[in-house]
Amino acid sequence: MVRLLLACALALGLAGGAHALTAEQARAIAAGDSTEARIAALNQAVQTADARTAAFVDALANDAVKLAGGQVLVVEGERAHDPVTGAAAALPADAEDVINNNLMRAALEAAQAALQLGSAEEPVRLAAARALLSEPDASRLPLIEAALASEKSPAVRAQLELVRAATWLASDDKSQRLAAAEALGAQRSPDVKLLLNQRLADEPDAEVKAALQRAIAHIDASLAWGERLGVLFTGLSLGSILLLAALGLAITYGLMGVINMAHGELIMIGAYATYVVQGVFQRHLPESAFGWYLVAAVPVAFLASALVGAVLERGVIRFLYGRPLETLLATFGISLILQQLVRTIFGAQNVGLENPPWMSGGWQLLPNLTLPWNRIVIVLFAAAVVAGVAWAVARTRLGLFVRGVTQNRPIAACMGVNTARVDTYAFALGSGIAGLAGCALSQVGNVGPDLGQSYIVDSFMVVVLGGVGQLAGTVYAALGLGVLNKLLEGWTGAVLAKIAVLVFIIVFIQKRPQGIFALKGREA
Amino acid sequence: MSYPSVSLPRRAPLLSRAGWAAFFTALLAVCALAPALNLWVPEGSPFHLSGYMVTLLGKIMCYAICALAIDLIWGYTGILSLGHGLFFALGGYMMGMYLMRQIGREGSYQSELPDFMVFLDWKQLPWHWALSDSFVATLILIVAVPGLVAFVFGYFAFRSRIQGVYFSIITQALTFAAMLLFFRNETGFGGNNGFTDFKRILGLPLATPQMRMALFVLTGVALLGFFLLARWLVNAKFGRVLQAIRDAERRTMFCGYDPLPYKLTIWVISAMMCGVAGALYVPQVGIINPSEMSTGASIEMAVWAAVGGRATLIGPIVGAFLVNGAKSWLTVAAPEYWLFFLGGLFIVVTLFMPQGVVGLVGRVLKRNRPPAHVQQAPAATKSEASDSTNEANAALQGARA
Repeated sequence: MVRLLLACALALGLAGGAHALTAEQARAIAAGDSTEARIAALNQAVQTADARTAAFVDALANDAVKLAGGQVLVVEGERAHDPVTGAAAALPADAEDVINNNLMRAALEAAQAALQLGSAEEPVRLAAARALLSEPDASRLPLIEAALASEKSPAVRAQLELVRAATWLASDDKSQRLAAAEALGAQRSPDVKLLLNQRLADEPDAEVKAALQRAIAHIDASLAWGERLGVLFTGLSLGSILLLAALGLAITYGLMGVINMAHGELIMIGAYATYVVQGVFQRHLPESAFGWYLVAAVPVAFLASALVGAVLERGVIRFLYGRPLETLLATFGISLILQQLVRTIFGAQNVGLENPPWMSGGWQLLPNLTLPWNRIVIVLFAAAVVAGVAWAVARTRLGLFVRGVTQNRPIAACMGVNTARVDTYAFALGSGIAGLAGCALSQVGNVGPDLGQSYIVDSFMVVVLGGVGQLAGTVYAALGLGVLNKLLEGWTGAVLAKIAVLVFIIVFIQKRPQGIFALKGREA
Repeated sequence: MSYPSVSLPRRAPLLSRAGWAAFFTALLAVCALAPALNLWVPEGSPFHLSGYMVTLLGKIMCYAICALAIDLIWGYTGILSLGHGLFFALGGYMMGMYLMRQIGREGSYQSELPDFMVFLDWKQLPWHWALSDSFVATLILIVAVPGLVAFVFGYFAFRSRIQGVYFSIITQALTFAAMLLFFRNETGFGGNNGFTDFKRILGLPLATPQMRMALFVLTGVALLGFFLLARWLVNAKFGRVLQAIRDAERRTMFCGYDPLPYKLTIWVISAMMCGVAGALYVPQVGIINPSEMSTGASIEMAVWAAVGGRATLIGPIVGAFLVNGAKSWLTVAAPEYWLFFLGGLFIVVTLFMPQGVVGLVGRVLKRNRPPAHVQQAPAATKSEASDSTNEANAALQGARA
């Protein structure tokens, strides 16, 4: 409040005439002849604002102002009062609403922001300064100067200087416009670029025009980096999602040679397991623990999918080794059954999953580049899963057995490896990784019975492109496809990009059926 | 040095006497009995064939053509395609374009252009609609477009010797890509909604019992015709080479056969059959949209063939009728169990009935027959000349059954 008073005092001092909101002003703002006249009156009133002006502007923005025979009334529920004196007044039955069009609303919002510059809270002042940047108006210059004089926080100061420069852009003084162009060119925000472009369109002076163009070029150069990094990151994020979805398949299909069309449904089971864990946390545990549900869901999703996978291997797939086309059909049948099972238990609608609080928001890297935390977490999670799988295959006893059985089943059996059991474990491992993928996907997409179907074609493409039997190939193929897809998307739109990628893979496989990274020698 | 005399197996007749009898019975049933029961028997009578049943049977016969097409490429050549939904839909869309133009100015916007184009604010027909007002051109396009797509795709795929599951997955990707493309409004095929609200064909109204019957008869004749064509193909030398490629592709190549033209020919024929099935399907069902190209739709076609019995020609037809009959009954009686049933069917058929219903029936019949009868079967004498595996013999026997 002290700040508001200070700001008002300064503003009053600069404006010369010292008076608070008058009845004429209130009438001019609420019922002026035209929107332009109303905005002019509003900006006039804001220059000499006091607490009553602020309340009146708020009321106008909230549609709580009525007109009754030339008198302006602020309505509060059943009662009404005069905005100038604050005295209670009767609300006549024939009072008319004050209608604000979009132009007027924008002006009201800017006026509210200008008045909030005096707030004691730093985030409020910062937000107010940001809001003012999109609606610069010369009439607010004294207010901004006053706020600048008293402002201590460097972030708000920088923002206010930006607003001042933006306001100067419209000034009649050429040197001021030049200085403003210079100052704004040092900024890197897309808002400023928009502002400069708007000014460039109306600018009559050639010298200022050149300065504006220089400033825009300067901003473009720094924005381009943000955009490039942004595309790269979204590509990386999509790639890590593809990688998670395909990694389990790289084991069951790539290493074991099982065409598992139910792989997508194993992902779906992981996602639903996450949903169940969320429900348990919401119902049975205190609210403070809710943020941890995702951590608890990771092992649950893995085990749920691994268990289903093991049952499938024991019950069906085991009988179909060496008959890939039959395996394809049988596992497709399984996928239909699993989908319908989920539909029967959880309903056909998508279920709602909330991000834990620590995953919402983002990390502002550049003015035009914010990386959402949930995407960052998934990229890191994918990296961890890949590392875990690589470790399991290369270093553990089970991994050794899996590689042995893959390379030469009879010899492995002669060495005393129980090949049937290794098959089951390996399939369960691949399925469990699909469950992990589901747990991660539940944080960025919809969770419904059809979840798996949208990933099955992509997963197979990744594995086939990377080269069957190659974990490293799967990683490169997934990340490559993700980035390629996002690059094309900026160019052609999402659907065409997806089609282009599919066609690219089809053509690629014609040329190189063994994938990017083929096994050398006789294995290939 | 003297060579043992080699005699080629005698060419099997197109159909056995019993086969011809059954064929003509079927033809009679489709062309005479069904129209009589539908159009002349009064509605209250227990022998009346309802309009609903006519449409349903017509639809299933279209599916049976697809199953037959899948069987030629999968059962006889060993190539599992998960992309026949694409060819079916292409044929359907060609027909649909013609039917959309036949609506004329009776659409809800009273424009020369189909409604969805008016809705998108298009001023003229896009280039690929140029031939859609001619029925003759449409008939050609129905086979030419799926045939051309299959030829281009198949040429490159078979030339790089893509086999087995790889091929299945690429056909699936192709169909998926096409579905995404057809979902877009800009492609000019009506987007999500596809084509519907057809009014007439060749200037005649579509929604009459007579037209429904005519389409039914046409579909039945097409199905029986394709059956004879398939029979002729697999009995000829061409069909035997196909089966040799299926059972031992390398060995066939060492014998001097290049598999590419054989595979490509049967692949294109199979695609064209699906296109015709799609074109017959659209006027009967009254709608075509991109969901016909979904992954599931193509795999279901493979299941019809598998349920009936692969590498037999009657099998896929039986399978299409059994599965779709069960579908239309179950989706009404117990909709939540239909997917359980279908999924279970996939598993049971692959695990326990590799030769399908026809194989099962054949085995039961054989067990009941006296053993002397089996030795008289022509298969026993003819298989001496071939060095193919047991599986191939079984397939050949199945083909003659």
